[in-house]
Amino acid sequence: MTLSAESLAGIDKEVAKYPVDQKQSAVMAALRIAQVEKGWLATETIEFVADYLGMPAIAVYEVATFYNMYELSPCGRHKITVCTNLPCQLQGADTVADYLKQKLGIGFGETTPDGRFTLKEGECFGTCGSGPLCLHNNHKMHTHLSPETVDKLLDELK
Amino acid sequence: MSALYTGPKVCMWTLDHPNPGSLATYVANGGYEVLKKILAEKTPAEQIIEQVKLSALRGRGGAGFPTGLKWSFMPRNYAGDKYIVCNTDEGEPGTFKDRDIIEFNPHQLIEGMVIAGYTLGAKAGYNYIHGEIFELYESWERALDEARAAGFLGNDICGSGWNFDLHAHQGYGAYICGEETALLESIEGKKGQPRFKPPFPASYGLYGKPTTINNTETLASIPWILRHGGQAFLELGKPNNGGTKIFSISGHVNNPGNFEIPLGTPFGDLLEMAGGVRNGHKLKAVIPGGSSAPVLPADIMMNCTLDFDSIAKAGSMLGSGAVIVMDETVCMVKALERLAYFYYEESCGQCTPCREGTGWMYRVIKRIEHGEGRPEDLDLLMSVGGNIAGRTICALGDAAVGPVHSFIQHFRKEFEYHIAHKKCLVGS
Ligand SMILES: Cc1cc2nc3c(=O)[nH]c(=O)nc-3n(C[C@H](O)[C@H](O)[C@H](O)COP(=O)(O)O)c2cc1C
Ligand code: SF4
Ligand code: FES
Repeated sequence: MTLSAESLAGIDKEVAKYPVDQKQSAVMAALRIAQVEKGWLATETIEFVADYLGMPAIAVYEVATFYNMYELSPCGRHKITVCTNLPCQLQGADTVADYLKQKLGIGFGETTPDGRFTLKEGECFGTCGSGPLCLHNNHKMHTHLSPETVDKLLDELK
Repeated sequence: MSALYTGPKVCMWTLDHPNPGSLATYVANGGYEVLKKILAEKTPAEQIIEQVKLSALRGRGGAGFPTGLKWSFMPRNYAGDKYIVCNTDEGEPGTFKDRDIIEFNPHQLIEGMVIAGYTLGAKAGYNYIHGEIFELYESWERALDEARAAGFLGNDICGSGWNFDLHAHQGYGAYICGEETALLESIEGKKGQPRFKPPFPASYGLYGKPTTINNTETLASIPWILRHGGQAFLELGKPNNGGTKIFSISGHVNNPGNFEIPLGTPFGDLLEMAGGVRNGHKLKAVIPGGSSAPVLPADIMMNCTLDFDSIAKAGSMLGSGAVIVMDETVCMVKALERLAYFYYEESCGQCTPCREGTGWMYRVIKRIEHGEGRPEDLDLLMSVGGNIAGRTICALGDAAVGPVHSFIQHFRKEFEYHIAHKKCLVGS
């Protein structure tokens, strides 16, 4: 198990941000980069990151389990995370979430049988003024959602 | 101070220009001038801190702690490394102002952090950015590159011979990392679990070194203060509450968004700026300072001005300036259920009262909402909450209790109706 040259270069760039004796500061970024490449964090991926940063595997595993945006089991090609916290809820997030569930035929925390979509419930993205909103694969935000814009978004994600 | 505030804005003035986030816009309007001046004149740190104190700038991250005083806690003659850390882990439900600073005025934040680094003798600075706004993490890194290329960051800043660099650190989904010591643990590559205080970060911070942590809006206000003077900033607001402040208004208003207005502006003016309560509905309740602030009923809120002292007097907190508006269609039990779930989900788990208490409160509120409440449940909630507050390592415990106690205090009838009739009084 290894990561692509591009991923490794990305991790090296992160390591360079911190003092030379504090390589483990780059662990969150390294796991993020590894997850982008592999889709989720298998034990062997976590062990590879630990090795690469000179950390005990358990310390990396602790980080991977603490932060919500890491996936520790296989995930659909497109992970859709909907913020349902109060400000978004007041602005219609439940309607959007129900629409997504009905359209994909799955609930929060589930993946469609074809492996195309995983649906998740998220906590405040710090962007409440533009809610309802969702994240696609952690990094791309879609704001002002309605059933119509959800239709369009799902169509684009093959 | 009227609803149509047209005076100076400290942070969001770039929005009145084309390409608000660009280096060109910032520099064309006097950006980085004060940094150059400070470095050329070698302005003494004490003099800078004096101006910040005079400005009555109070931390914009929630606690409202005076920034000048915080800066004066940093040890002056410390031989080793020191750090400056910016808190952009904006995840308090209702708050979305710091993201706009990163998007629309990133260079003012950079200049503020560089000046803070100079003043406090720091070797480097980190900006911790909320996990869910990855696109802004990338855009802020591009702004850092621009600042380095222009000589405002990195080695030999503005030809002064002084070196200082800034980096972005991305969170990945943990509200608790907004708490300053959890944030430091997280930068150190660990789980984001708050530390015991004392020692405070000014003596034992990042990597155990003296560290100052400030909110994004706090640091972005620094260049304005030093350019126009502490007195001018103070005069924008009220005594002891200097400056304008960005208010994030969300929920049942016609135009949710950010509005930068003077501290001390009447709440009604902000509501009007946000287009009023949606579709002519009636105002029921407002959470004036982010989800952790106690809720206030409409009549109390309509008599408040938006500043730390007025909101505190009304029994709540200005917090981060996140104003969540609820109209008469809101079921307060359902709203509280969602907030209680949030604190339960986000508790880091290291203190028993918080870990167990947040789950317990959530389960009790959930059963009330779903028609299975018991007559003794409201007393139970008050007592569980009372056993969390003040008995935990960090303030998340108190933050989880604030909504529960205040919702029950102000809207007890609704909770009692739910319990007695197994259904909702407002029918939502
Ligand atoms: C649970 C919790 C979450 C917090 N979240 C944030 C946050 O997202 N942003 C922030 O600036 N401060 C947050 N704070 C406050 C910080 O601990 C700290 O007081 C603040 O960053 C200091 O900056 P200031 O003095 O400029 O306000 C949080 C505190 C707690 C207890
Ligand atoms: S109060 Fe809660 S969030 Fe804070 S340290 Fe204790 S368990 Fe963690
Ligand atoms: S509540 Fe959804 S982004 Fe804040």
